[in-house]
Amino acid sequence: MFSAVVRAVVPEADELNDAEWGELVALVEDSLRGRPAGLRRQLRLFLRLVEWLPLFRYGRRFSSLEPARGARFLAGLQNHRVDRIRVGFWGLRTLALLGYYGRADGAAAIGYHPNPTGWEAVGR
Amino acid sequence: MNEREYDIVIIGSGAGGGTVAQELGPLCRDGARIVVLEKGPRLRDDEFSGREVEMAQVLYEDGGGLLTADGSMTLAMGCGYGGSTTVYTGTSIAAPERVIQSWNVPGLGYEEVMRRTRKFIEQNNVHYLKEERINENNQLFVEGCRRLGYDVEQFPINVKGCRGSSLCNLGCPNQAKQGTNRVQLPRAEREGVEVVTRCEVGRLEGRTLIARVTQKPEGGKGEPSPWEPGEYRIRAKVVVACAGAVNTPALLMRSRLPTRLPRLGHGFTSHPALILVAEHERSISNFVGHPKSYYLDEFVESEGFILETCMYFPFTTAKSLRGFGAPHSDFMRAFPRLQMILVLACDHVDPSNRVTVDGDGRPVVHYRFTPEVRNALARGTLTAARIFFAAGARRVHVPAATHTTVEREDSERLEEMIDERHFRPGGVSVSAARLFVADASLFPDSIEINPYLTIMALADRVAQRIRQDAGTLLG
Repeated sequence: MFSAVVRAVVPEADELNDAEWGELVALVEDSLRGRPAGLRRQLRLFLRLVEWLPLFRYGRRFSSLEPARGARFLAGLQNHRVDRIRVGFWGLRTLALLGYYGRADGAAAIGYHPNPTGWEAVGR
Repeated sequence: MNEREYDIVIIGSGAGGGTVAQELGPLCRDGARIVVLEKGPRLRDDEFSGREVEMAQVLYEDGGGLLTADGSMTLAMGCGYGGSTTVYTGTSIAAPERVIQSWNVPGLGYEEVMRRTRKFIEQNNVHYLKEERINENNQLFVEGCRRLGYDVEQFPINVKGCRGSSLCNLGCPNQAKQGTNRVQLPRAEREGVEVVTRCEVGRLEGRTLIARVTQKPEGGKGEPSPWEPGEYRIRAKVVVACAGAVNTPALLMRSRLPTRLPRLGHGFTSHPALILVAEHERSISNFVGHPKSYYLDEFVESEGFILETCMYFPFTTAKSLRGFGAPHSDFMRAFPRLQMILVLACDHVDPSNRVTVDGDGRPVVHYRFTPEVRNALARGTLTAARIFFAAGARRVHVPAATHTTVEREDSERLEEMIDERHFRPGGVSVSAARLFVADASLFPDSIEINPYLTIMALADRVAQRIRQDAGTLLG
């Protein structure tokens, strides 16, 4: 289910192999370790809501929705008038982005190549 | 329960704790036993990898994602040997006279704050980076501002041997940044002050601190704590709380204090900030070089915002862009062409904004975006967008607009597109023993600048008082 959200947030995630998905999930799990139990509970609950709510509107769970409908549904959460729902979506989106762009390969794929030697590395 | 006894216990090792430790260090020569208790770890120099998520997990409270009570803002607070001075960019600004005057603290004059600030400007090697070292991300900000007739100022920074890694916010991998981890704490330790890392103080009970030392996680970064993992009762004659603007009030709320402190936890300000991003037609040097060289503060008094140059890492950037899916990815793939500006709102004390603790004693920050703050963020966003376009950007990402992306051809319509009504919070990076407080929780209102020099100046003042009264306090 979480992978469906990641794919909707970062479409390039579709191209990740099993090992890369493993790395993404491990980053997300690490970031949640040590966070307050209440926050983790809220995230789990919100993830369930995201999975089941589309059933009422589209007749399918989120993970079975075609990408365009999934994106419309998430856009609805992002702009929802209820603060809690917007914040919940923001939290879920943050985890998806952390997992994808927190990987060295995810960062390199967008042209980010940091080097501790800075100027020296680029010949300045 | 392990027992320990000290004359002075300092809680926290950042700008406040590190400074107090240095200033009280000479008392060790007369036999005083002083310890700094730091919740986070102490890393070896070779452990600063510059990897974004990995370093954030180790050096920030909650990995840099401590959320306010309603989840609308994240707070980035350093947690480790050196506290936040290890993870900021090293920009070093003295408090403006107008701010100190407006605080109106009896006995605290601007001259005194400046005298003490100057001491740390010298000690921490604060100076201007040479012009040839300024990268294009920063140069474009200057160009844009000058074309619009704005007065840009250069940030003095506290580096020594900077190699331009641009990784300051993840802890300098070259140990160039002169935070308390490089300057004040080592001096204190040479005098005989002990520093105990991975040690979290739970509460104060009269003359006793109840603390817990945690084990180094298997495979994790940093040295193990010098004390064995476990619970500790630490007796002290003097306690100096320097755990920061969030953790010090929380610690005091968890503690049994001899006096009721009705204002405890109130007066919280945070300079809520938005990271704004623009795309240029060509690649620019952005993630090589010092990330934060210039600022624009001419709108502080009239509109309540400051603009600063900045350059963040992929995940932080991704989080700051609104939206998701293909349009979001499109901006991210332009990373080498991105210019960034940070908009900071100068928030003031508001009764809603305060620190409390939850049932487990963890700090909870309540923060409401006042209309003034929303307006300042929107006006700051508008000004930043103008600067981006004046610098030649082809499009600008604006989180507080009718459309999150404004193309150059629409730049004439910025005023009508950016409005605080479109601004959606969510993703704003924002005793019986003698007890002293020496950290940012002393600030009675917004400081409007990077606070570390002023925290050091106030910590220096607190340390002086303790030194003067050492005979009575420690006798």
